[in-house]
Amino acid sequence: MAEGLVARLKTSLDKTRRKLLAPLEEAVRFHKKISPEFYEELEEILITSDVGYATTMLLMEKLKAKVRAEKAEDTAVVQSYLHSIIMQVLSAASPPELDGAEPLALLVVGVNGVGKTTSIAKLTEYYREQGKSGLLVAGDTFRAAAIEQLGIWAERIGVGLISHQAGADPGAVAFDGISAANARKVDVVIFDTAGRLHTKVNLMTELKKVHRVISQNLGARKLVNLLVLDATTGQNALEQARVFHEAIGVDGIILTKIDGTAKGGIVLPIVAELGLPIIWLGIGEQTGDLRRFDPQEFATALLAEDDD
Amino acid sequence: MVFSALSEKLQETFRRLRGKGKLGEKDVDEALREVKLALLEADVNFRVVRNFINRVRERAIGQEVMDSLTPGQMVIKIVHQELTKMMGEKAEKLKSSDRPPTVYLLAGLQGAGKTTTAGKLGGLLKNQGRRPLLVAADVYRPAAVKQLEVLGQQLDLPVYSDSGRDPVTIATGGVEKARQTQRDVVIIDTAGRLHVDAELMGELAAIKEAVEPEEILLVVDAMTGQDAVNVARNFHEQLTLTGLILTKLDSDTRGGAALSIREVTGCPIKLIGSGEKLDGIEVFHPERLASRILGMGDVLTLIEKAEANVEAEQAKALFKKIQKDEFTLEDFLDQMRQVQKMGPLDQILGMLPGIKPKQLQGLEFNEKSMKHLEALIQSMTPEERRTPQIINASRRRRIAKGAGRSVQEVNRLLSQFEQSKKMMKQLGKAGKGGLPKLPFW
Ligand SMILES: Nc1nc2c(ncn2[C@@H]2O[C@H](COP(=O)(O)OP(=O)(O)O)[C@@H](O)[C@H]2O)c(=O)[nH]1
Ligand SMILES: [Mg+2]
Repeated sequence: MAEGLVARLKTSLDKTRRKLLAPLEEAVRFHKKISPEFYEELEEILITSDVGYATTMLLMEKLKAKVRAEKAEDTAVVQSYLHSIIMQVLSAASPPELDGAEPLALLVVGVNGVGKTTSIAKLTEYYREQGKSGLLVAGDTFRAAAIEQLGIWAERIGVGLISHQAGADPGAVAFDGISAANARKVDVVIFDTAGRLHTKVNLMTELKKVHRVISQNLGARKLVNLLVLDATTGQNALEQARVFHEAIGVDGIILTKIDGTAKGGIVLPIVAELGLPIIWLGIGEQTGDLRRFDPQEFATALLAEDDD
Repeated sequence: MVFSALSEKLQETFRRLRGKGKLGEKDVDEALREVKLALLEADVNFRVVRNFINRVRERAIGQEVMDSLTPGQMVIKIVHQELTKMMGEKAEKLKSSDRPPTVYLLAGLQGAGKTTTAGKLGGLLKNQGRRPLLVAADVYRPAAVKQLEVLGQQLDLPVYSDSGRDPVTIATGGVEKARQTQRDVVIIDTAGRLHVDAELMGELAAIKEAVEPEEILLVVDAMTGQDAVNVARNFHEQLTLTGLILTKLDSDTRGGAALSIREVTGCPIKLIGSGEKLDGIEVFHPERLASRILGMGDVLTLIEKAEANVEAEQAKALFKKIQKDEFTLEDFLDQMRQVQKMGPLDQILGMLPGIKPKQLQGLEFNEKSMKHLEALIQSMTPEERRTPQIINASRRRRIAKGAGRSVQEVNRLLSQFEQSKKMMKQLGKAGKGGLPKLPFW
């Protein structure tokens, strides 16, 4: 990775850290001793990070149990307790192997505007840097100029593109895409799809068909279904994950737009309730703005002491 | 279904409350706890919820309620009033400049739906007899300009773009172009940006200064979470917004962000967008949404839609049949055809009072499923259509085969038929009990 990138990732994570750190530290400093008011403030911090009411209560229960067991009294220790509890939740799901020698087919899905196409550009760049060959498949034949958008990225990064006309059958594009990838012995083929709300039964059926076409023609390839979620989204992201998972089986999640001020706390219920691993973080609009999700780091980023 | 889970929860709480003759402070607090949870689960910002609950509590434990004969009803009324107040008291129209062209500037986060909304808004204004020009000022995202151009083509509206120029120059160029070509409305699409991106926020301020828009509209995804308040506050502080457009309301988000943003900016929600089709935009009615949250149903919207689409005589006849239990599968098919004209079935039924969101699951119909439905019903004997109870397993197999569909589909049709009958009956009762009458009963 370029040095500029590392610096950028660091700043971005620092920002995430500060978002949660500031109010938590404030609460720790203000209350000193653990009290119901202190707990209430912690609840507020978690809920305003989109962790959701149910999961917040779950975390708080675990925290209180720990406090009782350790007979803790000072608010200062709570930070590390909460960190390990969050860590525990986030480590419950482990991501699939994505960096092996095995050729891959990545199917990228999600609702409208979450950052599917941009994430595909980032993944393409990621594999290109590893010296792997890539191919993109323009499966969003619905949204105006979606094919052109992916085409521009393919050209910039320097990989091939399989596309049909606007309005074409996405299943047919997928078939051509997987066939071309196998014929050309490409390392990683990535399928873009049209944004679809998980509530649209017809569109979910269409997605299942695309998924079927790819999985029936995989050859020696491993298929990985990636769901893209926008960190700005609230509790609805959990529903999105649930429905997409039911439809095609989600292997991992890309959480985008974490460079904003949204805290992305929704990943906690997603991991806790659905057991889906978070694999990547999107931290900007350029191809380099992709970061591997690390539970340890994420929990730290949410809670830990600012170390610089 | 927007707000559905929230409204289900609240309906339950209020049903309990309604039954109470006398209300103590404890009852109020218990009910408000439910309201609070429902609002939080709906993504209403934590602090906004807290303020809201405090306001309601203050009024609810006051004399007004305790002395009333139906305290439960009073609390409901207060929650409803405060909720409506929070969303803005009435629908507000887009302003027009008396010196055309009127300029509308769209702004928002990445992926909020600005470009699609620009197209939809253009279409809406065109239908109102205006002459819009779309301006493509998103020079950053690949193919964003092309996207707007394609939408312009579909809508038969001109699109101004100027590749290689900066967004401020493009915006002023667009307004100039509108003047020269007698377009009376200019809609400027801009690139998505983070509210904390100083440089890009500065660019929007520069566009604002250069073209002096009549409206600066923040486009917000209805699925936004707690951060909605930060986003809205920043955009508002830096641009002085005049209104909001809420998008993706066809999702099942509870949409609480709308309440938060209203509270933080004080700007009215002017329009709501749902669906990817270019006619999916309409005026926002706060009181209707509040009613819907509280389980009173969005009856007003439904009446309008029904009046526009349903032939009253036919509907009346249909309804009589339901009451007399003469409703047949043929009527069901007719009814489905009628309802389909009003819009997606699940959305239509979701507007009705007393319908639980769960009842709507699996009711999404499209033209294709209508065709299958027709085929199935046509494959039945007249007797079967009149008395579906006689349709046993072997009849089911025969019907499925005749229509070229599966037995499961026959089963689904029959259960949908029963479901529909039940709902219609339920509604008939609602119509008598104080709720506004729908035009067809
Ligand atoms: N700030 C930020 N913007 C992003 C990120 N990922 C995508 N975007 C932007 O979000 C918008 C929608 O992205 P796009 O890939 O077209 O979404 P799609 O509809 O899901 O394919 C574009 O403006 C992207 O530049 C991210 O991680 N951070
Ligand atoms: Mg896309």
